[in-house]
Amino acid sequence: MKLVAVTSCPTGIAHTYMAAEALEQAAVAAGHEIRVETQGAAGAEALNPIDIAEADAVIFAADVDVRDKERFAGKPLVSGPVKRGINNAAAMVAEAVAMAEAAPAEKPEAGSVAPMTAAAPKLGPGAKLRLWLMTGVSYMLPFVAAGGILIALAFLIGGAEINQVVYGGDFEGVTYEAIANPTDILAQAGFAGVLMYLGATAFSMLVPILAGYIAFGMADRMGIAPGVVGGLVAVAIGAGFLGGLVAGLLAGAVVMALKLIKPGQALQGIMRIVVIPLVGVFVVGFIMLVVVGQPIAAAQSWLTDWLAGLSGANAILLGLLLGAMMGFDLGGPVNKVAYLFGVGALASGDLTIMAAVMAAGMVPPLGMALASVLRPKLFTPGERQAGKAAWLLGASFITEGAIPFAAADPLRVIPSTMIGGAVAGAVSMAFEATLRAPHGGIWVIGLIGNWGGFLVALLAGTAATCLAVLALKTVARSETAAEADEHVLAI
Amino acid sequence: MSDLITADLIDLDLHGADRHEATARLAGLLAAAGRVTDADGFLADVRAREEQMPTGIEGGIGIPHARSAHVTAPSLAFGRAPEGIDFGSEDGPADLVFLIAAPEGGGSEHMTILAKLARKLIHQDFKAALRDAPDADATAALIQQSLT
Repeated sequence: MKLVAVTSCPTGIAHTYMAAEALEQAAVAAGHEIRVETQGAAGAEALNPIDIAEADAVIFAADVDVRDKERFAGKPLVSGPVKRGINNAAAMVAEAVAMAEAAPAEKPEAGSVAPMTAAAPKLGPGAKLRLWLMTGVSYMLPFVAAGGILIALAFLIGGAEINQVVYGGDFEGVTYEAIANPTDILAQAGFAGVLMYLGATAFSMLVPILAGYIAFGMADRMGIAPGVVGGLVAVAIGAGFLGGLVAGLLAGAVVMALKLIKPGQALQGIMRIVVIPLVGVFVVGFIMLVVVGQPIAAAQSWLTDWLAGLSGANAILLGLLLGAMMGFDLGGPVNKVAYLFGVGALASGDLTIMAAVMAAGMVPPLGMALASVLRPKLFTPGERQAGKAAWLLGASFITEGAIPFAAADPLRVIPSTMIGGAVAGAVSMAFEATLRAPHGGIWVIGLIGNWGGFLVALLAGTAATCLAVLALKTVARSETAAEADEHVLAI
Repeated sequence: MSDLITADLIDLDLHGADRHEATARLAGLLAAAGRVTDADGFLADVRAREEQMPTGIEGGIGIPHARSAHVTAPSLAFGRAPEGIDFGSEDGPADLVFLIAAPEGGGSEHMTILAKLARKLIHQDFKAALRDAPDADATAALIQQSLT
């Protein structure tokens, strides 16, 4: 049987560790596996979410509040003072085991309030992968919410040109210089400029945090550095969140592999402090930069040329294509190509393409938000929270609002956002809606020509995304994914 | 980093009417070694901790301890009390008393060592060796050794 425990005491220098040792000994003596998190002064190494997910029961031996208790929600729990952990560790372990054995006999529905539910089954590889992704997403969510809402507020207060005011560029024929020194932003771009800058800064961490904490989910703390650096490289090479997923999984795998090397006792400290971070960061960074970066750059320039060749093609077909590209990687390289194509068309006087591109970029977060409201059971609590923010992000043409959903379940979400984007792009082109600004979402409705048609495109695309994702999550949903979702509730 | 414990921080014949007196004696050793700047101030911190919950552990162990601004280096004073001293454990008095002194803002490296010591105290063979150690030097060596 697998157990997890948390020990803590007021001072955090003695009892915490004695209880941990006693529980470890008692569990091993009784033939069980245990992981103990010591919330003491030497710094707690947090339990791996996977260990928690796989645990059959939980033990708290604590005199002060256990930090982040929510992680253990729904598991059989034995709780007592830290001294009980020291003096009666064997009894606590036995109690936990008995509870875990008894729990499956109970009907989960009956005990709706009681924290006892069936003991956790072991997780298959698919479920583990999903759990890793969810770990990354759960740490990324606050960045999406904070950054996205700050940017939306910046547009709301400062008008659609606020992005160009702060970062430079053309807007409706006016060319703005980028503000070189961030401390000048308040004076030169006002409060909205500050909001824009802070939002964009938070957004710049999306992919590094996603990658870093996917690696954390896989390989504990040692995974964070290679994951974050890999994520930063993914940003630098324009690989978007899909690049972040690659970086995170790669970093986790590399660190897991490095941890398998067991040097002598004397070298172990060096391994942890120098070798694993050094080798991990180098290998992940090198692969991202050289092996992943080149093909992405090549694909981008190929796509750009290809789109340019399509300029004279059927407008609705072009809208369909651009829309699908917008929905594919949500701010990643393919999305960028489509977006820049729209901006280029705008500069040369064709306003319909920009409208189609924006409609398609607004649809993914809106569609996911709608889906998470219509069928909340298909989404984790974290995703439902992300859904609330996604309304505003979608309305503001911040396509990244859909990333939390896509990163957690790429194979089902990405096709849905592509379908929705394609519908929105095609409908917008069919109505010949136009847009004079390169961004701004619903807040630049004054700059949209045939806004009625644009709204129809938005609604159609949102509905299509929503229906597609609900269908895929309902039909193509494996048992293991469902299991992983159950466990991830606590993260 | 200096050793956590040395022979002059060990009293193999610890007496005291109660745990406060015994703790005060051990604190005196720490003060004499310059590891605690203000013995009374440190004892007040220890007592504050002790009042939250007595630090006696089953199996004859008392571990009064505190993180205190009066501590200059993470230190351990150890006393063997042949007659036993009540540290509030339900199974009776303690004959092995560890006074753990941690500096207020102690770095996590030091805390890791104290954590290691705490883990050791659970082990029967470690306790038995402490009870059998012939003199202060051997006791200090035994404890230091257990932490490497």
